[in-house]
Amino acid sequence: MTVYIHGMGAVSPQQIWNEEGHLSSPNDYSGVRLSCIEPDYAQYIDPKFLRRMSRILKMGVAASAMALHEAGVKIPDGIVTGTGYGCLEDTESFLRKMIELREQALNPTPFIQSTHNTIGSQIALLLTCQGYNQTYTHEGFSFESALLDAMMALKENPDQIFLTGGIDEITDTSHKIQERFGIFRKTFASSLDLFNPSLKGTVHGEGAFYFALSGKKGKETYASIDSMTTFFNPTDEQLITGIREFIQSASLSLEDIDLVLIGKCGDADLDQATEDISKQSFGSVPIGLFKHLSGEYPTTSGFALWLGARIIQAQQIPPTVLSKSICPLRNVLIYNPYFRYYHSLILLQSC
Amino acid sequence: MKDRVHVAGLGVISAIGNSVESTLDALRTSTSGIGPLTLFDSVHQGVLPVGEVKMSNSVLADILSLPSHLTRTAMLGIHAAREAVVNSGIDIKSWRTGLISATTVGGMDKTEFFFEKFLKDQKKGQLRNVVNHGCGRSTELIAGDLGINKYISTINTACSSSANAIALAVRMITAGLLDVVVAGGTDSLTKFTLNGFNSLMILDAQPCRPFDSHRNGLNLGEGAGFVVLVSEKVKKAEGMNPTSYISGYANTSDAFHQTASSPEGRGSFSAMQKALTMSGLDLEDIDYINLHGTGTANNDLSEGTAITRLFGDRYPKLSSTKAFTGHTLGASGGIEAVFSLLAIDQQCVFPNLRFETPIPEVGITPQLSFETGLAVNHVMSNSFGFGGNCSSIIFSKEQR
Repeated sequence: MTVYIHGMGAVSPQQIWNEEGHLSSPNDYSGVRLSCIEPDYAQYIDPKFLRRMSRILKMGVAASAMALHEAGVKIPDGIVTGTGYGCLEDTESFLRKMIELREQALNPTPFIQSTHNTIGSQIALLLTCQGYNQTYTHEGFSFESALLDAMMALKENPDQIFLTGGIDEITDTSHKIQERFGIFRKTFASSLDLFNPSLKGTVHGEGAFYFALSGKKGKETYASIDSMTTFFNPTDEQLITGIREFIQSASLSLEDIDLVLIGKCGDADLDQATEDISKQSFGSVPIGLFKHLSGEYPTTSGFALWLGARIIQAQQIPPTVLSKSICPLRNVLIYNPYFRYYHSLILLQSC
Repeated sequence: MKDRVHVAGLGVISAIGNSVESTLDALRTSTSGIGPLTLFDSVHQGVLPVGEVKMSNSVLADILSLPSHLTRTAMLGIHAAREAVVNSGIDIKSWRTGLISATTVGGMDKTEFFFEKFLKDQKKGQLRNVVNHGCGRSTELIAGDLGINKYISTINTACSSSANAIALAVRMITAGLLDVVVAGGTDSLTKFTLNGFNSLMILDAQPCRPFDSHRNGLNLGEGAGFVVLVSEKVKKAEGMNPTSYISGYANTSDAFHQTASSPEGRGSFSAMQKALTMSGLDLEDIDYINLHGTGTANNDLSEGTAITRLFGDRYPKLSSTKAFTGHTLGASGGIEAVFSLLAIDQQCVFPNLRFETPIPEVGITPQLSFETGLAVNHVMSNSFGFGGNCSSIIFSKEQR
């Protein structure tokens, strides 16, 4: 089910749209919220639509526009979106008003824009794209579900272009509630030091990533996505076996893998578990980290996929990811655990 | 020809029944489930009728032997999914089994309690009422209950969600990724959705009248509907003799407006047309359409126009069953898939309750009574959602 990345669009806590420095001077955050550096949306979205859009909609529409622009595609054949949290800002806004105004005289706009499929629908609406449109919302598998759908669709129709994305936002309320679950660090000096050392708790992130994918290679293709799989709440043994089988089924051995991008999150316990799996599964393959750049949220695999594809295209690893030069970079594997239950593998290859 | 994906089991819970059997009884006797709101306090109580599942959370929890603090969305889903698996007679653990569910509200039924306290004091509100908020959590609770972990996913394309879950299940089985999939959706009534639809001024203060010229909006409902789908290999190995298979499906985007459908129904037209093309069937092969038919001015005109454009005057028997159940949002595609499959199983069609006058612009008269003894070989089920998400599925009778 190989698919090719023809274009990428990204809005993240790092300034990576139109970037040329390849994360040479990454943003350092001193709080536990890594918020997106947002572009001038007027470049991507007609101002008359911008006014009514929530922040997550703007981020998503802008990222999708960047990806299509890079791929030289006006209207894709399908739009598949994954979002763990959905449109939180509008959901909270409607919920708050409903309680405060005691269910009277409510403005419907936040309700309309609260459903998870608003992002994919808005993109379709602005492009008048009447093709396949799908939205997944399954915690740490939201982006992976979208990617699998696009990969299956492009196997069925390789000539098509599918816009495939992962998107999540931080809001004050969602941050406050998640903080009460004790998943974030209490204090924090530098996000770039997230792993030095790993302590209790991770750091909150957000991002919008869209990829223009096709079953056929294009003129300027970043990389191919060879295969993808997910493991829900596996035992260590199931996970290790699963990773081994995944690599074997791609007809690769460990020596063929040039880099593994691992989604360690900075939480000491979770990272220890990840390290145990990684030692047994990847041996001495070089390992790069990325959640000090993205923060932790359900669709971080979008960030990892962007990073892996960019690394293959540039044939260079940003020092903040791994301070070691490796050449050539042909096979990059992403192993992304999201808390204890969600584990995914994505294999990228140069082409 | 590609191997067929067969329907091995059905499970449903809605305002008209807690099982497939009681649901069929209600459909047969034209017994609507629309009534007053009792599940939670609201200013709309006594004003807006709804389609409630006739069991409180504590009764549901008792029957299911689950803790009553679980979200209603998850409990309704577990109730229907368990029935579908038992009904299939398959030991799902001996196959590569997935669960693909759909929901639009997820755990909102508990979150709205949490939020009321949280708004007053950010340290307040019980976390157990918000921990299952995410749509995926309801799927995980169902998957945990059934013992499924090979593949799980959750779709939210508003009111077409569970039709898309069923279509994805077919694709994953066809692609050889899974052998068995439990697919459908679940949504509970919440204050959030009741007020949301009320703010859009599309709720009827009377029991709804889908496809009627004087229709005045929808009634919200709740429930869950799941089907167990199996590959050809599973069918043979299990020695099964299923009644139906899925012959076509399509997902399109109306790309017209965030909440309104295009007047000509371009999204719904192309969903029905593409599903037909995939099935290889002719227009006259369709014996019954289970309409999306919400009862809103906009949906029914748009869907009716699309049907007239596609079928002309010779449209098949058709009805909206939402006058029985209310609009169950993310669950409607799953619940109505069960209804469509019952139509094939029982060789019958269901009435469109409370219909009196055709919509003048389209002139469609739906099925007015329960009718049995028909040849029902192919049934189309429509599900359309906010954001322009349009899906159609075609269920077909296995030819012996």
